[in-house]
Amino acid sequence: MLERFSTGASTYAGSIDHLIFLVAALVGFWLIVAEVSLFWLMYRYRHREGHSSQYVTGEEKHLTRWVTIPHFMVIFCDIVIIVPAILVWVNVKQTMPPAEQTVRIFSQQWAWSFQQPGADGILDTADDIRTVGELHVKVNTTYHFELMSRDVLHSFSVPMFRLKQDAVPGRTITGWFQATRPGNYDIQCTQMCGIGHGLMAARIIVETPEQHSAWIRRASNPALAAGVSLPADTDGSKLAEVRP
Amino acid sequence: MTTPATGAQAHLGSHGDEHAHHRQSFFHKYLWSTDHKMIAMQYLFTGAAMALIGGYLAYVFRMQLAFPGQNVPGYGLVTPGKYNSLVTMHGTIMIFWVAMPVLVAAFGNFLIPLMIGCDDMVFPRINRLSYQVFLLSAMVLLASFFVHNGAFGGAWTSYPPLSARGAYNLTPLGASLWLLAVALEFVAFLLGGINFVVTTMNGRAPGMRMWDIPLVVWMIVLASVLFMASVGPLIAGAVMLFFDQRLGTAFYDPGRGGDPLLWQHLFWFFGHPEVYVVLLPALGIVAEIITVFARKKLFGYRTVLYTTWATGILSFVVWAHHQFIAGIDPRMANVFTITTLLISVPITEMIFVYIATLYGGSIRFTTPMLWALSFIAEFLIGGVTGIFLGASGADIYFHDTYFVVAHFHYTFFPSAIIGMFAALAFWYPKMFGRMMNETLGKIHFWGTVVAFNVTFIPLFITGAAGDQRRIYSYALFPEQDKPGLQHLRELSTIGVIVLLAFQVFFLINFFWSLRHGKVAPENPWLSNTLEWTVPSPAPHGNFAEMPTVYRGPYEYSAPGRETDYWPQNQPISPLEEAAL
Amino acid sequence: MSSRSIANIRSVTGIPTARLVTWWIIASEIFIFGGLLVSYVMHRLAHPEWAIAAANTNTKAGAFNTFVLLTSSLFAVLAHQAADAENGKKAAKFLRLTSLGGAIFLIVKGFEWTHEIKEGFVLSSGGFWSFYYTVAGLHGLHVLAGLIIMLIIASDAAKNRDLPRVQCIGLYWHFVDIIWIFLFPLLYIAK
Repeated sequence: MLERFSTGASTYAGSIDHLIFLVAALVGFWLIVAEVSLFWLMYRYRHREGHSSQYVTGEEKHLTRWVTIPHFMVIFCDIVIIVPAILVWVNVKQTMPPAEQTVRIFSQQWAWSFQQPGADGILDTADDIRTVGELHVKVNTTYHFELMSRDVLHSFSVPMFRLKQDAVPGRTITGWFQATRPGNYDIQCTQMCGIGHGLMAARIIVETPEQHSAWIRRASNPALAAGVSLPADTDGSKLAEVRP
Repeated sequence: MTTPATGAQAHLGSHGDEHAHHRQSFFHKYLWSTDHKMIAMQYLFTGAAMALIGGYLAYVFRMQLAFPGQNVPGYGLVTPGKYNSLVTMHGTIMIFWVAMPVLVAAFGNFLIPLMIGCDDMVFPRINRLSYQVFLLSAMVLLASFFVHNGAFGGAWTSYPPLSARGAYNLTPLGASLWLLAVALEFVAFLLGGINFVVTTMNGRAPGMRMWDIPLVVWMIVLASVLFMASVGPLIAGAVMLFFDQRLGTAFYDPGRGGDPLLWQHLFWFFGHPEVYVVLLPALGIVAEIITVFARKKLFGYRTVLYTTWATGILSFVVWAHHQFIAGIDPRMANVFTITTLLISVPITEMIFVYIATLYGGSIRFTTPMLWALSFIAEFLIGGVTGIFLGASGADIYFHDTYFVVAHFHYTFFPSAIIGMFAALAFWYPKMFGRMMNETLGKIHFWGTVVAFNVTFIPLFITGAAGDQRRIYSYALFPEQDKPGLQHLRELSTIGVIVLLAFQVFFLINFFWSLRHGKVAPENPWLSNTLEWTVPSPAPHGNFAEMPTVYRGPYEYSAPGRETDYWPQNQPISPLEEAAL
Repeated sequence: MSSRSIANIRSVTGIPTARLVTWWIIASEIFIFGGLLVSYVMHRLAHPEWAIAAANTNTKAGAFNTFVLLTSSLFAVLAHQAADAENGKKAAKFLRLTSLGGAIFLIVKGFEWTHEIKEGFVLSSGGFWSFYYTVAGLHGLHVLAGLIIMLIIASDAAKNRDLPRVQCIGLYWHFVDIIWIFLFPLLYIAK
């Protein structure tokens, strides 16, 4: 499990992981303090013959400070967590760095399909590449994604990128990522979408620039290279199998 | 402040004798009763039966996760569709048909009139009606297992469009029956709430001021208020979803002008206060138990009350932390992450007060006390793991993973299950007139708590490793389909099997003690609250003579007294009065 | 008939128990209607084109119904006054007049809806109409229920029995009225 945390594959995976570690350290501290206090008090004040219990009203200042001071420390810890949480969130979800590439992600019962520019680098042209079940991207490149659903709610999740975004039918939801390590990573659906929810596995393949250009050349519609015209289907409603 | 019982009240007290002489038929006593204690039993037994069903469902789907594709003994093959129904119904049953009826309705009904010193609820017949509606809701829900295509499989959160169209969820009849059952359950609890709130406000014994009300009563009243205020919009939303399912409306259909996110907001506006509806009674139960068995006043009665009010109010402004990545305006997430992390503050204070109550005590580790202490130890884990989810940036990763599942089991299980066993162990003598067996109780306790941790700690790990929720098999996900993770899933399944197995000890203890347990005295635990001043079991009409209250409920180990407890209804002697 | 429980007779807060219950019921209904209405308003803001559908509601009928409900609430107040003065017969008379107002409201609504359905506007005719029929329908159900309970209380009041219930049903009726005060502009005037 820990390998996952040392091998994030996107630019913001690290900041999300750091936030997680911060929370873990702070709540871990308080959890231990609370549990140790609980068990120590259970032991120290267990019933023993000859010892009776005290009458504590809860007004005693020397005792209430044991609750009040930790109370304020917890508030402080909350603020220490809130600030980076918001910073991470704003970076990942609110700001969109300028796009070097854009991909469209379509979710449906029960598959992921993708539309990305072909060799001409422009989306919604005849040479767009349409794939099912796998998305090829270039490393160290900022991608914008436009996420859509054809039927029910789905959710596009790439754990290695620490990326997750629900797809809502009737909307296009945008986001971004930049992959940092070449490799082959899981795409999951993380919103209950019916009996095929567990079948909606896909792959995101992060390639070096050379690998990626080679793939684009192969995947861009071969008919175009042969000078054959095709019907326009820029809404992505028609899918074609990739023939490498 | 003391007020002597008035003549009128003393005469009204003979109401109890009147009922003792009036013999009720089996039908009237057990099935058509308006006695709050009998209604409590009805809720308790129904809730417990549903818990067994909910537990069985968990066994089945955990077997599928541990041994994917293999026949589950006692069930058969778990197909993807069946898997979805199993997890949907497990969650639905546990929250609405176990946690709420047992914690709020059963113990609310049993305890409130007894603890505030009156003979029944204000409206006994509405009380009876509330149970009947509840029973109907349970039957409608169970019926959904047997209709064409089976029980609803769209998750207990029932998000549209999946839940709105049979073509999407493939369990259309189940979906509508589910909705109907949940709606009926809501009505039952709205009716029940009438009695809890109004009886506590108006039916208190003379002398019982607001600060003399036992905490568990306060908690159930506040839970009822939270429930009432939060469920209204969801009832509206449920009507709209039902119309979408059956009448072709498009409230949630984006293709025809609707909005799926509307449901989410309506659902979670209820959903978040709902978890406090379940938590508060458990906190109350724990407060009653730890004060009795530590022989200590609660460290800060008013603090607990104020923090509970604060939590209740705050609980209405945190709901969208369930929807951080749902497609809401990202700026909203910042507001909700702040409110969510802040709500941890009053709860933390409350838990600190509970722990501090042990200071200076003389703790006896009876079975109820073991349960109450384990509530604190386990709930702490649930509470702190919530922080990972409330911090929006971190939630991007954890949302819809098993980390969430583990988190909410570490809050729900202590509240609903540990709370239930704690309350049963504690009030069993008053309910049934017998003592439960301590040895069996302790075996049951240790088996349950250890097995609970074995079940859910692995899920924190698998969730953090990326296991997403509601997946019947990880075979298609290379990053999840790893032996290390699979071993953890198997360990969790072993945990749940052991957990369920240990419940046999409870069942044996419960039923055996009914007939063969030691006969219970009036006040076996030497507690202060009013229910321990009536015979065990509590008779119809409760009090032979209506009590008057002279002090708060937690005057344990008060200085200068012979005994270390001071019942609420014991008048102050002239000597004691002079000493004050 | 079993004697009342002591809990039923006590009143530690000084507020009669029946009135507490009435407020509880009204509070829960406020949340139900509130949820529906807020949902409607948010949808309406996001769909300005709903104004086209909304233009088909019968504002005159709506206005007349508003007048009818307000008048009936006046009668409910008079009923309460009569009940306070222990005049059960008078209270019953006013309650029955209130119910008459409710009945007229429902009849007018019946005509309204019949006409609209004939024009082809039904529950599933689109976003505006779905909300229109759901919200107004739910409100209408509450008018009907209130009307029936009111007549039952009136027949008891005429025998000078259970007079405090007159105020409770009056409170409920005012609530039903207030919901309509919100519905009318949202469904009829906002075009």
